[in-house]
Amino acid sequence: MDRQTCDPATSPSYLCAMSDAFPDLDLGLPEPRGERRVVVAMSGGVDSSVTAALLKEAGYDVVGITLQLYDHGSAVGRKGACCAGQDIYDASLVAERIGIPHYVLDYESRFRESVIDDFADSYLRGETPIPCVRCNQTVKFRDLLSTARDLGAEALATGHYVRRVMGAAGPELHRAVDPGKDQSYFLFATTPEQLAFLRFPLGGLTKEQTRDHARRFGLEVQDKPDSQDICFVPNGNYAEIVKKLRPGAADPGEIVHLDGTVMGWHEGIVHYTIGQRRGLGIGGRKGEDGTPDTDPLYVVRLDPESRRVIVGPRAALGATTVRIGEVNWLGTGALSRSGDAVRVAAKLRSTQGPATGTLYRDASGARLELDDPQFGISAGQAAVFYDAGQGTRVLGGGWIVGTDAGDNGAPVETASARLTASNPPRISPVFVAE
Amino acid sequence: MTIYLDYNATAPVRPAVIEAMTEAARRHGNPSSVHASGRAARHRIEAARRDIAALIGRDDGDVIFTGSGTEADALAVRGLGRTSIAVSAIEHDAVLAAAPGAARIPVASDGVVDLCALEALLSTETPGLVCVMWANNETGAVQPVAEIARLAHTAGWLLHVDAVQGAGRLDPAALSEADSIALSAHKLGGPPGVGALLVREGLAVTALIGGGGQERGRRSGTENDIGIAGFAVAATIAAQERETEVARLSALRSRIEDGVRRRATDVRIPGGDADRLCNTVSVALPGVAAETQVMTLDLAGIAVSAGSACSSGKVKRSHVLDAMFPGDPVAAEAIRVSLGWNSTMDDCDRFLHAWGAMRDRLSPVARPSNAESVPE
Repeated sequence: MDRQTCDPATSPSYLCAMSDAFPDLDLGLPEPRGERRVVVAMSGGVDSSVTAALLKEAGYDVVGITLQLYDHGSAVGRKGACCAGQDIYDASLVAERIGIPHYVLDYESRFRESVIDDFADSYLRGETPIPCVRCNQTVKFRDLLSTARDLGAEALATGHYVRRVMGAAGPELHRAVDPGKDQSYFLFATTPEQLAFLRFPLGGLTKEQTRDHARRFGLEVQDKPDSQDICFVPNGNYAEIVKKLRPGAADPGEIVHLDGTVMGWHEGIVHYTIGQRRGLGIGGRKGEDGTPDTDPLYVVRLDPESRRVIVGPRAALGATTVRIGEVNWLGTGALSRSGDAVRVAAKLRSTQGPATGTLYRDASGARLELDDPQFGISAGQAAVFYDAGQGTRVLGGGWIVGTDAGDNGAPVETASARLTASNPPRISPVFVAE
Repeated sequence: MTIYLDYNATAPVRPAVIEAMTEAARRHGNPSSVHASGRAARHRIEAARRDIAALIGRDDGDVIFTGSGTEADALAVRGLGRTSIAVSAIEHDAVLAAAPGAARIPVASDGVVDLCALEALLSTETPGLVCVMWANNETGAVQPVAEIARLAHTAGWLLHVDAVQGAGRLDPAALSEADSIALSAHKLGGPPGVGALLVREGLAVTALIGGGGQERGRRSGTENDIGIAGFAVAATIAAQERETEVARLSALRSRIEDGVRRRATDVRIPGGDADRLCNTVSVALPGVAAETQVMTLDLAGIAVSAGSACSSGKVKRSHVLDAMFPGDPVAAEAIRVSLGWNSTMDDCDRFLHAWGAMRDRLSPVARPSNAESVPE
């Protein structure tokens, strides 16, 4: 069908609403496209399936690769089930339909070493991990990218909702057009070298437009729901996985108020998360004048060494200084030297809007001085920096290692987050589909 | 045009087999029926049984048709009624999965079963069933099954031989003393979905599948007479052509081995020192993942394989090479090239061309400067 015109008499109605829905599929590679091999990381979901179909339609020599990251059979607790889940089957079905070669790579051991072990250790350090960032950073953009190069590919495309924009100084990473689907937070660790090789054809589309393409191509996965969990924890029970991998995470300990009062006992810090208020299992207490102290208490800190859960008033959760490690800088020029400073809009967790502040490079990484205090910042989460103006370009990011409180001047040690299986978490481990 | 060099996975069906199966498909008759159509079908199946026994020189044997080589292995391992089981470390998954708790017989670095270890095991364990394949599917290494039969029988054990890869490629005299032998049609140019277990006459086999009592009560289910007709023709042709094919395929294999060695001094041929199948060569390229090699060659139109295939299509690390070279990365760096009835010298040269290009692009070791140019 002619992609530029739409005849309502002959075209399905959803296509007529798609006049802007055809993304720019010029990957910036020399012509002819048929001689340009592009590897597409196919998860078996709608997004990466459409990515592969669009690039094939655009004329590239597309090769689909699906990574088998964990044993699906054991992840869902079914003995004897195949290591490959439905997603791998779906990906191969899509590849067959669109007519591209498709391979499944066994990345189980790399994924365990690079992502799952780190996930569990992160909890033990009193952090809230984002395994999807680690996965992008290691198995996808390091290992798979290297395999793509070995196969003679000139680009690796994924179904991420994020835009790669050519700037004066080379490719830049920008937020997706669809704010509800933007995945730039999870891609902050993409290095300039990786970005040079990567392509994200869906960054300019909305999810609905992507589904329209899936229907247009007749892909079996067109109505497949987005994944809602970390892929290797399909039942959402993170605490169970961590306890299995690191039995010490379930050791009992004290729940202690910031003022030193022991308030009760807990059954493993893995069940707690920074900022958590409900389900602490502790009663109220008396104020100095003997009346009940009704101020709600929050988890403000988790101390893995003493196995203590430290609680306190909401004010104790506030922080204005964020210490950040493993900084990946994607901006132009600035912040390359210690002492450099730049104004940024910083996203401190995936579900929260950005907060403005000034970023300083220091010897160990970076220090972010927020204009206003933010509450419940957790170590192990990412701090992602966007340009302070329009806020679409990703300037870089890093891992939060700790915070310092604001006005009262008392430094708050690394505030750590935990998730509880029985209570809705205020902060959950963050994941991203694809 | 794809160059198909993966005969040990499955062979293209021979034209004569297609003809025989087409003819069989035009007939009908359940071999268990009383009437004339049924008796004719029965007659064809019994004739096929003799053709298949003849392929492995065991006219004395009792052939039970199964749905696959895997089923034949499982029928032997679980149906011969022995609780003490020993298997070689390089057996096919069909045997390993049928005997999960079996004692493992180690292999030497040439891929051949360690006879001293085997003898020690046979004398210490309760006598039962020992399983050693005739030739390994990944390296082609031929196992001394005649000698193993002697050792096993001396110690009071039965011997099951998975002959799926060896049949039609090796001299069947070696199988004369084996107690049971598993075969598969599709490795011979027959159809997939048909296998057979040959057992020594008089040896009791308990069925895995009950029902109508076909195959003298040892494998229920109406016989696949179309597939069996194809199996018989494939077996007959393989037996007739065996000697000339061995000579022809050996020359093709040498072409490949000499070619890769000339192009890369660091290449390894696991099992290369052993007596091997004429059609099989394992080629390891140090520093390059086997799956990358398989994908690269596939994208260049050459079909080879590595390790054992999972149903998802991913490449699994080779347990065979791990057993030969414990702790050595070779198990994740070797591909298997396997030839067959329709392979040509031109196939080998095209493989070498693609393999050489891959090697020059991917191998971390520089191409030797004295490498002579090879006609492509």
